[in-house]
Amino acid sequence: MESGEIYKKLNTVFEDVFDDDSIVVRPELSADDVDGWDSLTHIRLILTVEKAFQVKFSASEIGKLKNVGGLAELIRSKAN
Amino acid sequence: MSLDLFRSLSWLPAPPPDFSPRCRAVLDHNSETALGSRLQSLAAFALDANQLNHLARVISKAQKSHSSLQPLVPFRMGILSNSTLDFIVPALVATAARYGIALECIKADYDQAVQEALSPDSGINRAKPDAVLVAMDYRALPLRCNKGDAAEAENAVAQSLALIETLRAGLKANGKTACILQTIASPPERLFGSFDRALPGTTANIINRVNLRLAESVFGTEDVLLDVAGLAETVGLADWHSPTEWNLAKLPFSNSFLPLYADHVARLLAALRGKSRRVLVLDLDNTVWGGVIGDDGLEGIQCAQGDATGEAHRSVQRLALELRERGIVLAVSSKNEDEIARLPFRKHPEMLLKEEHIAVFQANWNDKATNITAIAKELSLGLDSIVFLDDSPVERNLVRQLLPAVAVPELPADPALYARTLAAAGYFESVAFSDEDVARASFYQANAKRVGLQNQVGDLNAYLASLQMEITFQPFDEIGRARITQLINKSNQYNLTTKRYTESEVAAAQHDPQCFTLQVRLSDSFGDNGMISVVICRQQTRSEWGIDTWLMSCRVLGRGVEQVVLREILEHARRSGIRKLIGTYRRTDRNKLVEDHYSKLGFTLTSTEADATATWELDVDSAAVEAAPMTVRSVGFMQETSHIAHERTS
Repeated sequence: MESGEIYKKLNTVFEDVFDDDSIVVRPELSADDVDGWDSLTHIRLILTVEKAFQVKFSASEIGKLKNVGGLAELIRSKAN
Repeated sequence: MSLDLFRSLSWLPAPPPDFSPRCRAVLDHNSETALGSRLQSLAAFALDANQLNHLARVISKAQKSHSSLQPLVPFRMGILSNSTLDFIVPALVATAARYGIALECIKADYDQAVQEALSPDSGINRAKPDAVLVAMDYRALPLRCNKGDAAEAENAVAQSLALIETLRAGLKANGKTACILQTIASPPERLFGSFDRALPGTTANIINRVNLRLAESVFGTEDVLLDVAGLAETVGLADWHSPTEWNLAKLPFSNSFLPLYADHVARLLAALRGKSRRVLVLDLDNTVWGGVIGDDGLEGIQCAQGDATGEAHRSVQRLALELRERGIVLAVSSKNEDEIARLPFRKHPEMLLKEEHIAVFQANWNDKATNITAIAKELSLGLDSIVFLDDSPVERNLVRQLLPAVAVPELPADPALYARTLAAAGYFESVAFSDEDVARASFYQANAKRVGLQNQVGDLNAYLASLQMEITFQPFDEIGRARITQLINKSNQYNLTTKRYTESEVAAAQHDPQCFTLQVRLSDSFGDNGMISVVICRQQTRSEWGIDTWLMSCRVLGRGVEQVVLREILEHARRSGIRKLIGTYRRTDRNKLVEDHYSKLGFTLTSTEADATATWELDVDSAAVEAAPMTVRSVGFMQETSHIAHERTS
């Protein structure tokens, strides 16, 4: 999957999870930048990403994520 | 796939693309509909976990600001669990609205089930909830014991039940509250293999026995069972249990089943509040049997054993009968002549359903919203008691739009799955079964009552306009010839003269300069209906056309097609200098339906014969036909200066 495609789809996921059409995802975006991105929402986000991209992450992979860039890279490594 | 059925709740209509903005805006505007009804409408869709979360946030906001949530019925429920409840609670609140309930959830602190149940000062007990959901899973139970040790195994079973009993007793001691007790979903892993089920002390063996005894201890009390074990088994234990999600956030089951779990809990709440549905209204053609009785006759419909399609529809009949046996009332709403619709019930040897099983039998040419309203009135039940089963997406959406209180399950393309889908939807969930239920079926007599035609309900025109129908008129041509010939020879009910022609006679009409021919196709937002009408006019004098043939597929009745066809005929008649249209109705034993066809189109009766043949005429110059809500395309007529079709919207 192309990087552009991934970010486009990720944006939709973020809009869905945070119920906010104005969200724009970029590689540096992290929990510090978004209101309501707490640990529960983080789980929701991970589960929604897995469903949207048809991929599965391990706990260890999730634990290493620091920002959206890391997430996009993880998706790219798994999605066809 | 069945998994999609349960994961996506595919008996519910898909949410509209503007669900999120609609959800956000639902508290803002003042509308004629009550807030509670607007929330219930939003919840009626097949919402995923995130959408349920957003809807729940809106509901909670309304509850906090003390807005009236009428007509939703308030319900306060406590939840105890050994696992994370934070995702479950919003799913429950949003889903409860689907069943007309304004739910307030009080959740116990994480893994504090026993403390909260036993302490009179706990959040749950102080709140005096109407019910408490005891959502414990297998990890909470003392299941470990030496395998093969029967005594130890019995002890583990007893201890597990005792824990649940402690919670139950504690909650009841602190207030009048019903307990909703979950059965235990066994993890799919086996230690020995098939042997696990029989050997005392294995996890599977202990859980089996706990579930059995739990069900027994709840039966007949005011507490109710939430059969999570059954639900997990239905979707598959290996999919239900997600080790990743437990490890990540102590989620007791895969979040993908959250909407399903919430729906099952909400059904119980609805049952407790007497809101379960009680009537199943059945469409007939292609629902209760394969085929169309009016066209295919007794010999042609499919409901026989040994035939795959027949078996599919028999399973619908079988489920309907079983529901009737437990007290659900059956009714029929079908677009057919009454006598013809009853024929299979009376004469077909393989029909499982008989006339005496049907409490109200509405077979007529009225729209189904009007018929269902009449059925509800006849049974003295609200529309919210009714479930309507119909294979046609057009009919389903009509009823959903005009009668939103009626439950209308979406059905898959394959009729073999109709029964499964209806059962999966759980409209008739019940927590008790009494003699009164058994007797209910016979309260409604064996005479399968027919209610007289009522005034039309709701804004049918608005619904028809929303179908975005497109009608295409063409003269006869080679491409359409086979289908034209087929329709001419097959059509019995909506057929004015029942003249049968061979393919070469159809070709002759096409090339005859004295003939005006029409092949008519209709498509709508649900798809292409193909060719649905055929007309042949023959020039009788310089200024008169006789309508030799006018037939139409009954599938598109009630949509204003006949009027648009007449408009098209008039348009071409005028262009050809015709002043008068002569229509003939030749009565047969199948076409009573079109007795008034010409009368309704504004023709004047000029003569009737002894054999009931009637001749009608219409003055072309003064005739005016109202535009119908559909796009009209007129293609391939010689009068056109170019061969390009022109589109005009009526």
